[in-house]
Amino acid sequence: MSVESGLNSKRNAIGWLVMAVVIALLGWVETVQPMGVDFADLTNGIVTMDTMVRVAILTIVLVGLNLLMGYAGQVSLGHAALYGLGAYATSILCVRSGDLLGVPAWVLSSWWWPWLVMIIGMAFAGALAYLVGRPILRLQGHYLAMATLGLGIMIYILFRENLGFQGQHITGTFDGIPGIPRLRVGNFEIWPISRYYFFAWIAALGAIAFGLNVINSRTGRALRAIHDSEVAAQAMGVDVASYKVRIFAVSAILASAAGSIYAHFQTTVSPAPFSFVGSLELVVMAAVGGLSSIWGAPFGVAVILIIKEILRSRLRVVFSGASGEHEVIFYGILLVLIMIFMPEGVTVGAVRRWRLWQRRKREQALSPAQPQAGVRT
Amino acid sequence: MNRSSHQNTYQFLRYILIFLILGVLVVYLGSRKNFGPLQYAQLSLDGLRGGAIYALIAMGFVIVFNVTGIINFAQGAFVTLGAMFTVTFYNLNSPLPKGLHLLLSVIAAILVTTCIGVLVERLTIHPARKSSSLTLIIITVGVFITIQGLSLLAWGAEAHVFPSFTTLEMSDRVYRWLGIVIKAQSFWIWGTMLLVLVCIAYFFNFTLLGRAMRACAVNRLGARLVGISPGRMSLASFGIAAAVGAIGGIVVAPIVRPSYDMGLSLGLKGFVAAIMGGLVSTPGAVLGGLLLGFLENVAAGVTKAGLKDIFAFILLILTLLFRPQGLLGVRKTAIETDGAH
Repeated sequence: MSVESGLNSKRNAIGWLVMAVVIALLGWVETVQPMGVDFADLTNGIVTMDTMVRVAILTIVLVGLNLLMGYAGQVSLGHAALYGLGAYATSILCVRSGDLLGVPAWVLSSWWWPWLVMIIGMAFAGALAYLVGRPILRLQGHYLAMATLGLGIMIYILFRENLGFQGQHITGTFDGIPGIPRLRVGNFEIWPISRYYFFAWIAALGAIAFGLNVINSRTGRALRAIHDSEVAAQAMGVDVASYKVRIFAVSAILASAAGSIYAHFQTTVSPAPFSFVGSLELVVMAAVGGLSSIWGAPFGVAVILIIKEILRSRLRVVFSGASGEHEVIFYGILLVLIMIFMPEGVTVGAVRRWRLWQRRKREQALSPAQPQAGVRT
Repeated sequence: MNRSSHQNTYQFLRYILIFLILGVLVVYLGSRKNFGPLQYAQLSLDGLRGGAIYALIAMGFVIVFNVTGIINFAQGAFVTLGAMFTVTFYNLNSPLPKGLHLLLSVIAAILVTTCIGVLVERLTIHPARKSSSLTLIIITVGVFITIQGLSLLAWGAEAHVFPSFTTLEMSDRVYRWLGIVIKAQSFWIWGTMLLVLVCIAYFFNFTLLGRAMRACAVNRLGARLVGISPGRMSLASFGIAAAVGAIGGIVVAPIVRPSYDMGLSLGLKGFVAAIMGGLVSTPGAVLGGLLLGFLENVAAGVTKAGLKDIFAFILLILTLLFRPQGLLGVRKTAIETDGAH
């Protein structure tokens, strides 16, 4: 049921193109502002361009997390920290590396340095995930969840605690590191926000295409086999542990890339979004979107972020004295309900129910005498 | 068989070696701060006090995991609830003498938390009992965030105060001995931990319900065949785990100034302790808890207080990498039980 072939399949290609066109249209509205209408007016000010960029950035993280949760059957409870690794790699190497590592000023001010840093961050996160994942994924059970939980909190504390190095502080405290430069290509600065919107969404669509193609590759077929039955896959000669490690590393690399894009978007990086709660939020998004569906990624992120915006602005009206922190109650209940009733995620679950309902209807039409006869569950 | 036990010894030695290396590192860092034996003794005692709390919480993880195969991340929430309900009940006006009032609030809080634990099992775990354990784990994570959010709503973000058990005042009695300072509350914590350990051992070895739960842990299908309902055992395990978690929260409350989010870090540390103990053994969990508390406090003492949490999770990763079956785990490992359900 969860078979998703790559971009060369007609359905996925059309879906991808439709999404690209919608994104481009929304971006066009913001850039050109036809009849004085900008993007925020379309949604009555609830969804702004800012939110849309965040959706794009988190989509990149979620594509990786969906691959890991849906196909490798492992949950990461520290993905926000891997996302944070990218953000902090960018902020440290773009802002502080002159003092810390003696990187010459002409390199720091060149346009290609942030891009190089992004790749360094990705390589670092991938290598870390590989090193931690390799011994742990050899064990059966949910040991990766525990290890990533520990890893995530460790990384978060390192961000927060502002360790010293040669008399210089590395990460900054709760305030983080300000003054991260905008991304540039040559002299073309990817800013104002409408430009960054296009950049972030190109990256996100790239991640989606990548995810779809991974699922359609040799690795993806192996992962799908693992997803269906680990024992059967092993019997067919699939090296289960090695594929799981690879997909974990890939998800870490995607998370780190998203973190770098986030850092250049915010221009300030502070530890708060990369805590344990941040990781839980990512898991909720993955659950909403669908665990083994790449298309679920942007959907899950968008739903949660938009709900969050609405809760932020409206919750105070419903409950007096409620603040933004109370939104976690909502996350918790949502997560529990989804996991009980649609453990495969909302998008996949809804599609499956729809198909089941249609089949039931068809079979009822064929045999009206025995309405229950054809129901297969 | 021989080879695997040989390998096991080798693995265990490697694990010990890592601890030795860390120990040398600690002594080196301590010498830079001019630490004498007195400082180490003080740090160890304080660490063992925290460790006893982790041990209590870890027992809750072990009970639920043994019976249901679920890692119950909501355990930390029970810790918060135990402490916060006691604070609430204690702040009610009553004509009773202070000591009796405290005792009654403690009992009431444990009962309420147990009921919540039972409710959580019926409402969230029971409907999804046929799902994969990954799904169930995510459900407990969801339960945890929900309870933490509701606690914030109910008790606010500020830290509350709680009297110590000995003096019934905010300031605790302090014993000094050879320059080492011990708070009276420490003895309450160690005593409670021992009492709970004995009670749990008695319950699982000598009562019908406890033995039925053990049967369920060993072989769920077999237990079913002899007439034990796994659903009811799962319910009981959540109730007991909630009670044990609440007790942990209550005895630590006079030291930490309880607040709505105290369960997050305590629960995670208890979880680390349970993993160090192998996740299936109660004595292992106690050993893991005490070791964790001791090591993290000494390590934080010689480096930086803010880094205290990091050592717990370094220990977690080291344990998973080098000894996933836990400190005492030789026979049955959590890895094997996980696949069995």
